[in-house]
Amino acid sequence: MLEQFILVFATLVGAPLAGGLLFGIDRKITARLQGRYGPPVIQPFYDFFKLLGKEHIAVSRLQFIWIYGYLVFMVVSLIFLVLKSDILLLVFLLGFAGVSLVLGGFSTKSPYAHFGANRELLQIMAYEPVLLLFAIGVYAQNGSFLISEIFKQDKPLLFSLWPLFLAVLYVLTIKMRKSPFDIATSHHGHQEIVKGVTTEYSGPYFALFHLAEWYEIVLLLGIISLFWANPLWVGILIALVAFLLELLVDNIAARMTARWMVRLSWSIGLLLGVINIAYIYLTKGVS
Amino acid sequence: MGLMQTSRVKSPWILHFDNSSCNGCDIEVLACLTPLYDVERFGMVNMGNPKHADILLITGPVNRRTARVLKNLYDQVPDPKVVVAVGTCASTAGVFHNCYNILGGVDKVIPVDVYVPGCSVRPEAIIDGVVMALQKLASL
Ligand code: SF4
Repeated sequence: MLEQFILVFATLVGAPLAGGLLFGIDRKITARLQGRYGPPVIQPFYDFFKLLGKEHIAVSRLQFIWIYGYLVFMVVSLIFLVLKSDILLLVFLLGFAGVSLVLGGFSTKSPYAHFGANRELLQIMAYEPVLLLFAIGVYAQNGSFLISEIFKQDKPLLFSLWPLFLAVLYVLTIKMRKSPFDIATSHHGHQEIVKGVTTEYSGPYFALFHLAEWYEIVLLLGIISLFWANPLWVGILIALVAFLLELLVDNIAARMTARWMVRLSWSIGLLLGVINIAYIYLTKGVS
Repeated sequence: MGLMQTSRVKSPWILHFDNSSCNGCDIEVLACLTPLYDVERFGMVNMGNPKHADILLITGPVNRRTARVLKNLYDQVPDPKVVVAVGTCASTAGVFHNCYNILGGVDKVIPVDVYVPGCSVRPEAIIDGVVMALQKLASL
């Protein structure tokens, strides 16, 4: 029990540090790829503390509840991951986090935030089924939704679930809000109409959004590292390589429309997932 | 300097607004973001959303139409904020000073902290102006 408390505490403190650093590395590498020098690696932390010190302009009271909801759901799903709990529940919690963000966008009167919220909704529609299929794939392989069961297997999931791995990589691009799928809001200025779903957040509440994103990136890379859970360091290595790949894709790809994203995700992502699961069941036999 | 002040100086997010400039100054503002000058080194990002901005870079003279927009944008930027008037037009209305539709420089509508003269203003001068604005921001 005490061990679990320490683990949760370490996650609460460590994940934002790691996430912020990852985003700093992201900005640095992106700048280098564009032939620029780029900001210092700890730039996201400067941004965070600056935002905390700024005035917040309230445009609706509900908006703040939703941004807290986004943060809390994100943190809880990360805790589910580190406590090696149920992966199906984790996927649903992640969905709740996304929906909180959408409702936050809709709770204001700004048309730009509404645009962003609509697009975020499309994003959820695009990635949620794929993640769900991933959970089902894990179940098909291990006979259990528990993450702790994944750690008990000697054979990494990557061997049997590699089509789903590709689909989850695709989800990573959507969730990281990177080109070609920086649809709902973007990290670089002047891409989304004003600032998409985050348009109406200012000061400390925008800082909270950043904080939630830091937890999110750690969570996503954590999910990817599950594909090679034994030994875990290989999985983490795979996740970091996936992260770098994402940055490369971000810089060489143009922005795509939301419809294109949904179409691609539902055709290729779902197809890969379904074939993968069907194959596992056919070879193992439904018992 | 405390953590907050340091962060404030290290992470100035910029809102660029064009009143009715000839576009000469706007091109120079955008030149600051290119690999040659790369202001993101200092953490400066061109935001395009007043609610996330710290520094307003205003180009061009204020005319009767843009005065209201400018005032509105200024009110939407959360405190602490600073305003930099970029170019001769933004400072004094410059060559447009006695046109029938021009009210004058930016300071006719909102308080200006730093004036950067030049027609068109050089990117180095803009960066210099922003650094001066940052010193002011640190003391707020
Ligand atoms: S200062 Fe010169 S370059 Fe700048 S907007 Fe005015 S006329 Fe154009």
